[in-house]
Amino acid sequence: MQLQIQGLTRRFGDFVANDAIDLTIEPGEIHCLLGENGAGKSTLMNMLYGLLEPSDGQILLDGEPVTFTSPKDAINAGIGMVHQHFMLVPVFTVAENVMLGREGGPVLNRGAAARKVRELSERYGLHVDPKARVEDIPVGVQQRVEILKALANDAKILILDEPTAVLTPQEIDELMEIMRQLKARGTSIIFITHKLREVKAVGDRISVIRRGKLVGTAEPTASEAELAEMMVGRAVKLTVDKDAPHVGAPVLEVRNLTIIDPRGHEVVKNVSLEARAGEVLGIAGVQGNGQTELIKSLLGLVRPSAGEVMLDGDEITRLGPRRTLEAGIGYIPEDRSHDGYVAEFSVRENLVLDLYRSDEFSSGPALKLAAIEANADHRIEEFDIRTTSRETPVGSLSGGNQQKVVVAREFSRPLKVLIASQPTRGVDVGSIEFIHKRIIAERDKGTAVIIISTELDEIFALSDRIAVMYDGRVVDTVSPDIQREEIGLLMAGGTKDAGTNQGGAA
Amino acid sequence: MSAPADAPVAATAPTRPVRDRADKLRQLKLVVTFGLVTALVLWMALSIDDPNVLYLNAPLPDKDHQPEAFNGLRLVWIALVICAAALVAAVANVIPRNAWSAVIFGAVGLAFYMAFTIWYYADQTGVVESWIVNPLPSTLKYCPPLVLGALAGVICERAGVINIAIEAQLLMGAFFGWVIAAMAYSNGAGLVAAALAGVVVALVLGLFSLRYHVDQVVVGVVLIALALGLTTFLKGQIPTPEENKDLSTLLSDSPDPLAPIEIPGLSSIPVIGRALFNQSILVYIALLAPFVVWFLLYQTRWGLRVRAVGEHPKAADTVGIRVNRVRWQAITLGGALAGLGGAFFTVGSSTTFNDNASNGQGFMALAAVIMGRWHPVGATMAALFFALTAAMKDDFGLVTKVPSQLIAVAPYLATLIAVAGFVGRVRPPAADGEPYVKD
Amino acid sequence: MSGKRRFRLDGKWVDSVLTTVAAIFLALFIGAVLIALSNEDVVDSMGYFFVYPWDFFSRSFDVVGQSYGKLISASLGSGDALANTLNRSAPLICAGLGVSLAFRSGLFNIGAQGQIILGTLAASYVGFTWDLPGPILLLASVAAGILAGAFWGAIAGFLKAVAGAHEVISTIMLNQVAALGVLAYALSEMKAFQKPGDTLGLPQSPPVPDKAAFPELFGVHLGVVLALVAAAIVWWLLNRSTLGFELRSVGSNPEASRTAGMSTAKVFILTMAIAGALSGLAACMFINGDQASNNESLVGSVGFDAITVALLGRGTPLGSVLAGFLFGALAVGGGAMQTTDAGTAPEVVQVIQSLIVLFVAAPAAVRWLVRQRRKEPTSTFAAKGVTP
Repeated sequence: MQLQIQGLTRRFGDFVANDAIDLTIEPGEIHCLLGENGAGKSTLMNMLYGLLEPSDGQILLDGEPVTFTSPKDAINAGIGMVHQHFMLVPVFTVAENVMLGREGGPVLNRGAAARKVRELSERYGLHVDPKARVEDIPVGVQQRVEILKALANDAKILILDEPTAVLTPQEIDELMEIMRQLKARGTSIIFITHKLREVKAVGDRISVIRRGKLVGTAEPTASEAELAEMMVGRAVKLTVDKDAPHVGAPVLEVRNLTIIDPRGHEVVKNVSLEARAGEVLGIAGVQGNGQTELIKSLLGLVRPSAGEVMLDGDEITRLGPRRTLEAGIGYIPEDRSHDGYVAEFSVRENLVLDLYRSDEFSSGPALKLAAIEANADHRIEEFDIRTTSRETPVGSLSGGNQQKVVVAREFSRPLKVLIASQPTRGVDVGSIEFIHKRIIAERDKGTAVIIISTELDEIFALSDRIAVMYDGRVVDTVSPDIQREEIGLLMAGGTKDAGTNQGGAA
Repeated sequence: MSAPADAPVAATAPTRPVRDRADKLRQLKLVVTFGLVTALVLWMALSIDDPNVLYLNAPLPDKDHQPEAFNGLRLVWIALVICAAALVAAVANVIPRNAWSAVIFGAVGLAFYMAFTIWYYADQTGVVESWIVNPLPSTLKYCPPLVLGALAGVICERAGVINIAIEAQLLMGAFFGWVIAAMAYSNGAGLVAAALAGVVVALVLGLFSLRYHVDQVVVGVVLIALALGLTTFLKGQIPTPEENKDLSTLLSDSPDPLAPIEIPGLSSIPVIGRALFNQSILVYIALLAPFVVWFLLYQTRWGLRVRAVGEHPKAADTVGIRVNRVRWQAITLGGALAGLGGAFFTVGSSTTFNDNASNGQGFMALAAVIMGRWHPVGATMAALFFALTAAMKDDFGLVTKVPSQLIAVAPYLATLIAVAGFVGRVRPPAADGEPYVKD
Repeated sequence: MSGKRRFRLDGKWVDSVLTTVAAIFLALFIGAVLIALSNEDVVDSMGYFFVYPWDFFSRSFDVVGQSYGKLISASLGSGDALANTLNRSAPLICAGLGVSLAFRSGLFNIGAQGQIILGTLAASYVGFTWDLPGPILLLASVAAGILAGAFWGAIAGFLKAVAGAHEVISTIMLNQVAALGVLAYALSEMKAFQKPGDTLGLPQSPPVPDKAAFPELFGVHLGVVLALVAAAIVWWLLNRSTLGFELRSVGSNPEASRTAGMSTAKVFILTMAIAGALSGLAACMFINGDQASNNESLVGSVGFDAITVALLGRGTPLGSVLAGFLFGALAVGGGAMQTTDAGTAPEVVQVIQSLIVLFVAAPAAVRWLVRQRRKEPTSTFAAKGVTP
């Protein structure tokens, strides 16, 4: 089936998210859609899938114009989509998720649904257990369930929205293999990503979107630098300028830390680490391998079940977040809207969210309003936070500026340790460079810096030492000179030394 | 407070299994609770002087049924064994984390109830000795508003709509059931009207929460106030028989309340026969409803969709399910059930409507939803527990061994303890209370 | 019920004043329809509506005019009427402030009723049993009422903070325990709470002596001033204090607050204690203000009306004062409507009150949607990047 998009436009108020996009997807091709975060890729796909109505333009299937008012229309027309954030009901089984929306009768026939899942799963080599609860299976398998859902609906065109963000390099290879199989059976695939390497590996054609406009189509033979320039609009510096570190004494020491989550799973297993003054320690790993819990326990937000955390030789394991922060730890959380700021609070208030107790901003039970206002004006200028006023709610700023508010706040007091989790996720390129520079500057002031990122590029750009986490353990600590492939293997649970490799293919 | 001495051990033996803090806390709570219950039962056993208590297996004594004395102390000792066994299990930390824990809680609860009843009726000092009556018939008689209200809550919240307004649905059901039953001189018409009145409340809830995205708890609270004001106001507009000389007999005459329907044979089964098989149609409906609701939610297409929109509405949307339509259906069905439950206060048990007839039972139904963890069977069990305590309040009135107020507040204290101690951080449907707005 | 619930009670001033006024008029209109339809003369005239429709309208107009005229004159029409209204508003304002404060920290405090009941018991017990000189006794009695309310409120906060017990459930249960347990026990079993020589009728306690009563000026008792002072304190607490900063932060985003080092447990317990203290102050309006006898129905439904006051007041102190005054006036005036020729039932006021809140909530939602739409460009742009 051929899919044509002609002049497709979507406006939100005055903002044009997609501006007259023309695109043709040929039958049986893997068409990559490349673009930065916020470029408008997801908006385009949501229109193709009936989740958003176009403001203008049309969609043609095999030359026939179609309009989708709901996903049901798109599904019936043979379009399937694997969403970036999985559209799976966590408490349902795989079979229930696959049958949802196409139950085939008023009374459920779970047996038939399970058989169908098993059959499809075997045909495409997906290895999915229909009776498993979705919340209990790994992310990679959840993604295959999403693909199964689309296949169960006889999708002829499959949209994969940023499918690799949550996968290990090995799982990515497996996914690409599945994509090639689907292609061989005649399914067209629209593969959305911002990772150049993947595009080159699997794409037949590459279309690049920037700021809502289609800027061009390229062949997979194009160089990464060319693609990157098309995507960002200017030559991109993929590295961060920094000098060799002046490494000092260990500041933060983690000893034999073990964490059990509320559901009873051991998510961090006997982890030991140390962060040294004047050095950036990167923690690499695929999302969901214990990094989040480890960091939260360093902050005192999660109480570990065993082990201890030492700051400058003093135990801080059980201090709780308030006294941990006061002991000199700065924290940029991975999910800023969830943990980093209060959306309804103004920029002014968010800039003192963890500082209002200090003598500078309060006396006794009363806040020092003037000091808080002066602080806001100062930080807004220093960190170039683009906001209409200091009273604007942070929730209405752009992602990059929201992150700058968080960063500005954490950098506005003397730190011994800075913990930055996904510091540049969902942030525009300009802000990324700014934030990276500030982090390195903090390192050079002698602060111990810990960076947690699932983006290997970011880890390599910033780190002086890299700890790799897999399945709740630190599998190894390596220098940033290591080869990408080797670190990829570590992230999948293998070891550097191939001779003792045990679980690489897990 | 893990002792510092532990640390080196952990360092040298990294594979030592680590115990979860939550698990330790849970064990502590269980040990304390079961310990207290056991101690209390032991104290009751020791403080009984005369082990003989009277028991009557009929609503009232007649020539076939006279109160009989039996040795109650033995039952107290049995109860003590059950409680002690649970305590030992808690100390050994072998209480399972699944549905079996509910069974253990139920067993301990029943044992305590048994021991308490016998202790309460033992050693009476009054002139006339009171007897223990079988609590089951009156428990089930009282259950329709609680059970049907709780099921209404379960259905709504499973679909992601918080229904605080169960109380309003009960009240409106009670009032309009009464009015229509009298106007049509038919209890059947009254039941239908009650269900419809519940639906009307649900529709208002839907209009404001699904259509206009008003906070669902706020709408619920306001609806309760509205229902209370409206029913009281309308009741005042209905002429009393004395005032009703020239207006003929619009509402002067209500049919007799629903009579028990005896199922021959089954109703003479000892202990449970009269409770289960000699009740009004409303009670039969309330007893069947949990099974029907369970089947609907877990075995049908509709139920799968209801649970999907309550857990992850966007996921449901992406497979072509119209989220708000399913939610409308769910709250409508819930409204009908709760309205029907409200009919108990009028059509089911009386020929008049008292102001504020539901008197907080809708709130208890809400508590039952949470204690029952949003599951129809669990919620029904919790609702039946509340009905049992309501029956107790009636039955225990003649003896005054403990202040009657303590018995009156027992269900509320039990709920507090349960919610604070064991149901605590339960997981409601993930999208409960969240209006679904497409982006 | 989800812990993610947020109460959007922040006010965009002009908008919210306009919608509130519109809501009040709409509710009064529906109330007028109810009043007209409940009148026999009007109903009679409907029988020949198509023959002589004017009769229906004139009679309706007449009946509604009489009722609402009385409602206004009895509540605001004279010095005495205004004093009555102010005295009646005082408990609503105090308890409404308590519910509002809890709203702002994300807690839905349904427990004002129970907190008030505990407050009345403590304030009246101290008032009629302790032997202290006048002003000190008054002070002790009021302090006892406030402390008892705070204690009862803090229980719910404590259960939420320590065990995660949902405050809606626990406050409902605490209300029942207060009414059916503590109050009923005190009235029927405790000698101190039984009015001497009063063996017939409902059990009731003696009123507090005059020296434990609020002094009055032009018929307005000191409690009204205390209610306004309480509102000012709550405003300062919310907007100018570190505790208020924490409270609003926890109410908007508990996770980010915890990450920033705030203790949600502390906020929950303190907020509920202060909310309970405000309800306890409301209790003093009955005991020390009206010098009422404690009985089963003294508190009536003030604890629940407080919720509607807080909703109408959008969680702000000034809003609570205005809403409390409005509902006080409706209560005073509503009772008087029965004395007119139209003989309108006072319950219609309760219908009007809940309709006002319902209508205020609905356009708020519409407005909220509009605001979201305006914001959409930026938020869609940003939302993509904002993490899974």
